[in-house]
Amino acid sequence: METVNITTSCDQQFVDLVEEESGQTLNLCYQCGNCTAGCPYSFAYDIPVSQIMRLLQLGQKETVLKSKSIWLCATCESCTTRCPNNIDVAHIMDVLRHIARREGYASVKTVKSFWDSFLDSVEKHGRAFEMGLLVNYILRTGRVWTDLDLGPKILPKGKLHFNPNDVQGKEEIAKIFERFKEGSGK
Amino acid sequence: MSGTLNYAYYPGCSGTGTSMEYDMSTRAVCSVLGIKLSDVPDWSCCGSTPAHTVDHTLSSALSARNLSLVEDMGMETTITPCPSCLTNLKTSGKRMEKEDFREKVNKLLDKPYNGTVATKSVLQILVEDLGVEAIREKVVKPLEGLKVAAYYGCIMNRPPEVMEFDDPEHPMSMDNIMEALGADVVPFPLKVECCGASFGIPRKDLVMKLSGKLLDAAEDIGAQAIVTACPLCQMNLDLRQGQINMATGSHHKIPVFYYTQLMGLALGLTEKEVGMGKLCVSPKAVLKAIGRKEKTSAK
Repeated sequence: METVNITTSCDQQFVDLVEEESGQTLNLCYQCGNCTAGCPYSFAYDIPVSQIMRLLQLGQKETVLKSKSIWLCATCESCTTRCPNNIDVAHIMDVLRHIARREGYASVKTVKSFWDSFLDSVEKHGRAFEMGLLVNYILRTGRVWTDLDLGPKILPKGKLHFNPNDVQGKEEIAKIFERFKEGSGK
Repeated sequence: MSGTLNYAYYPGCSGTGTSMEYDMSTRAVCSVLGIKLSDVPDWSCCGSTPAHTVDHTLSSALSARNLSLVEDMGMETTITPCPSCLTNLKTSGKRMEKEDFREKVNKLLDKPYNGTVATKSVLQILVEDLGVEAIREKVVKPLEGLKVAAYYGCIMNRPPEVMEFDDPEHPMSMDNIMEALGADVVPFPLKVECCGASFGIPRKDLVMKLSGKLLDAAEDIGAQAIVTACPLCQMNLDLRQGQINMATGSHHKIPVFYYTQLMGLALGLTEKEVGMGKLCVSPKAVLKAIGRKEKTSAK
């Protein structure tokens, strides 16, 4: 088990940043564990969500941003709904992903690649082009076997299109991404 | 209910693809019930989960472009069948009530959003604006003898401060509609548990476990079918049911309907009109059994 020396490793700036970006008061968490108890993904997390909250209070930036958990949270809102102190925990998990992206952490690469492929599709077509984003994901990850077995099930149903259904105003959407990237200095 | 129910309609990306039967059946059911839908012209993607994991301003801008189009239509309420679109449009609207955030979002847009649009799910307007009794009155083919589990997924009603509809832990709107259609609704304990969401592609193991648990629970409780209101839940439970059986050693063969498909049938629409042929797990045997149980038990 990893031990944490909080007197030397507390990054108060990080605590302040998470509070500012999420609008939540981290010290309201009194470690009841309700979020972890209800989290459907606890079995897959390397650090349970209540412990993420505790590590945040203690300013353990590296440990939190390195964790797989922040990429495996599906924003199902169980934690937020059930927190007795009305902390929007799912919002905090979102903010941690934002910071992790900015600082170059991506502990579950397949998840980040999938989300990036989805947004590429939206940026390009204005809508999610399901077949295109799957191909983009495969190209990004090299995982050519991804869901090959589902092809025969879904293709005869005529639900998966081979061509994108572009939005007429797709340049407006491309501009949203462009302005966002300019504004955030990326 | 007096007057015509009239809404801007946002189908969402999957409605034009992998959940086209949800879109088809939603439109058909609304038409039978006299609900007028006007498509948001040239609507674009709400950004779904990926956008809000990158940045909230970006995510809100993608939603706000659509809300601004609804303003152009001169309409006050937009409805969507998809809980993921719903949560993005609603969250964006709520966050943009704060002036500084609204300014940041509007800077990303060609045309600003003024914050005048309310977003609701199709399910919400069916139970709140039309009413379950109005649905009951229009049933021509009751779903007698059909045992269904109503599965809402995680975000249709959560968090309650944002979604402002039904109960966040124990929603009943879909149960009540199914009951009004004549179905036998089983009390489904996992009705708001997550199915694994969009991890089907990047972390299939998570979906196998979480959706597998839902299928096990539905079967244990004696449901012949699951009804859902979410395209992603439907895809995980239906399209991936074979994968789940392989991964968990189960033998499920349980149809997973959109609630609007079963509504359509009960309201007299054909199987084709509600896209029954688009489902992966064949619903044939279950649909044939509707109405039979009563006849045999009457012997």
